Amino acid sequence: MAKDNLLGGSLWDAYSNKVTTLMNNPQHQGEITEEEAAAHGNKLIVADFGAESCGDAVRLYWEINPETDVIENAKFKSFGCGTAIASSDVMTELCLGKTVDEAVKITNIDVEKALRDDPDTPAVPPQKMHCSVMAYDVIKKAAGLYKGVDAESFEEDIIVCECARVSLSTLQEVIRLNDLKTVEEITDYTKAGGFCKSCIKPGGHEEREYYLVDILADTRRQMDEEKMAAAADAGAVGDFEHMTLVQQIKAIDAVIDESVRQFLVMDGGNMEVIDIKSSDEHIDVYIRYLGACNGCASSTTGTLYAIESTLKEKLSQKIRVLPI
Amino acid sequence: MQVYMDNNATTMTDPKVVEAMLPFFSERYGNPNSLHKFGTSTHLPLSKAIDQVYQGINAAEQDDIVFTSCATEANNWVLQSIWIDKMLNSDKNHIVTTEVEHPSILSTCKFLEDQGMKVTYLPVNEQGIVEAHTVRSFITDKTALVSIMWANNETGMIFPIQEIGEICKEKGVLFHSDGVQAVGKIPVDMQAVHIDFMSMSAHKFHGPKGVGALYIRDSQKLTPLFHGGEQMGGRRSGTLNVPGIIGMGKAMELATENIEATMALIRSKRDRLEDALLEMLDDVMVVGDRNNRTPNTILISVRGVEGEGMLWDLNNALIGASTGSACASEDLEANTVMLAIGADNELAHTGIRLSLSRFTTDEEVDYVIEAFTAAVKRLRAISSSYAKVGPSPGGEAQACDLLYHHENDVKVIH
Repeated sequence: MAKDNLLGGSLWDAYSNKVTTLMNNPQHQGEITEEEAAAHGNKLIVADFGAESCGDAVRLYWEINPETDVIENAKFKSFGCGTAIASSDVMTELCLGKTVDEAVKITNIDVEKALRDDPDTPAVPPQKMHCSVMAYDVIKKAAGLYKGVDAESFEEDIIVCECARVSLSTLQEVIRLNDLKTVEEITDYTKAGGFCKSCIKPGGHEEREYYLVDILADTRRQMDEEKMAAAADAGAVGDFEHMTLVQQIKAIDAVIDESVRQFLVMDGGNMEVIDIKSSDEHIDVYIRYLGACNGCASSTTGTLYAIESTLKEKLSQKIRVLPI
Repeated sequence: MQVYMDNNATTMTDPKVVEAMLPFFSERYGNPNSLHKFGTSTHLPLSKAIDQVYQGINAAEQDDIVFTSCATEANNWVLQSIWIDKMLNSDKNHIVTTEVEHPSILSTCKFLEDQGMKVTYLPVNEQGIVEAHTVRSFITDKTALVSIMWANNETGMIFPIQEIGEICKEKGVLFHSDGVQAVGKIPVDMQAVHIDFMSMSAHKFHGPKGVGALYIRDSQKLTPLFHGGEQMGGRRSGTLNVPGIIGMGKAMELATENIEATMALIRSKRDRLEDALLEMLDDVMVVGDRNNRTPNTILISVRGVEGEGMLWDLNNALIGASTGSACASEDLEANTVMLAIGADNELAHTGIRLSLSRFTTDEEVDYVIEAFTAAVKRLRAISSSYAKVGPSPGGEAQACDLLYHHENDVKVIH
């Protein structure tokens, strides 16, 4: 929210001239019949995506040369708003003259870019990006019908945000690399969730298989688990500063058992570790003297120095030992 | 020709109203609270405006009508202050409202739910109205307030306010009605119904924007929303919007002085438009019985034509209308009224609202009939819903199940 957002209702002003022109006068609107396709010796494929009850629907007609797999003629019909009709129109145009394998590589982002007046200004406002996704989906559907395969098989990766075409693996990688903690950060880094917002959490414009909130939570949980596993490994190789608290206590106890305790016991005393508090600069080890050590003059001087220097040498230079 | 058919959103300020307001900008600009003549010279015209508003809704002397900045303020005021006065520190924790209220009611109810209150959102029937017996069955001994609109903004359907008022009176529950779409459009007689609070807005009946009012029966207690000076008897602080109040008074007078005759005029044009569209177009449907609708409103569903696309073509023809279509909203949220009616999933995406006013002319109606049918023809020619060649085997798409509530899905949590 800021000055630019104070007035709403400028949805249509954000459309490119191309969107406006094609909505007013779509170039490839129409149908192709079996007879027309057969007359050219071509195969007709008709695919639907969406439905009136969903808010938008498109029917794509492809006349394909069976020898070359080239889409020689294409038409569409669409139930939808201005951007849905303009997206369908430009998508149909992009298919023309391509082979089915080439056409299936057309994405909704190609469709949106083809609707731009200038390369740097989006053709539609963010919440309308969604309309171009339908255009992309119907191509996959048509290609699947022609090749006799499932439309999903054209998708190499799981697409979580269809508007910005961001895959599950990309999201997981970006969350890890940048240590992202919120959905807003994910949107800033990847644009995922910045358009129709359906993929952010359940209950949006349409139901999704994957939601950003879940991906974030799962990835963060994995990261935490890995961190713990790394810490456990660090313990095994003796990287004291990256150990978990439990490992640090065990490591300190081990050093004390090995190098310190026997001398204290010889003098009728002992000690125990009470707590460890870590900051960036220091690792403070709180100890309590027991038996004869308690009140012994050297407990705050020579003995303390010996304990601290042993721990420093064996574990970390950051260690300070504080008797309480 | 350009035609404004969106009078449920706002109306043209009547030039007579503007004329009445003009002296109070640069000539008689004093603050009514001042002791000098600049201030006190506004008192007589303000009293007249107050009289006009009392008369327009037939409020009694002992009732209060407090001017606000808009009906959203009035709605917020009632809900938030009833919560403070009657629900906080009390065993009452429940509000009954409907699924089809204005966002200023629904969002405030959500806010109160966040504060721990319980709210029942009643569904509407296929006519788009809440039935009085439904209201009765959801009032409990925990209920502090019933808030139900007088007429709906999307459909124009008039709710059984008289019966609901009787039920609330009998049950001893406060009753608020958002009267924004009723006042100035249909007769509103506060002495003939039992309503404790009623919100209204001047710009919906050819008054200026930025002024509304809250009717309060018997001057009963309601903690102020705005604290400050002693304006409006301490009920609503803030320097009086003198031109706005005078404009609202004049607008009220003009809208209500011959309301039956004005209604009949608007109704005849509305009915002619509605009949023409129903006759000239196949596969169209109008929501709600026209005899129980505000006389200016048509909500028409046009099969195969998405609402925003239709609005686009109407706009190209210089016609201003409105749609409840999800695509036209900035957040793509499906329209609650359309979903609540639940008669037809497609309605949520194909509804177009045409709302007339007393300024709508016969020529404008003719022009809209022509442009509307032309737009439907063009868009149906593009529409997949009207395509002749069907999908290849396996190329069919699934329809969507839109979620809407059935009456028996509503649960009250005591």
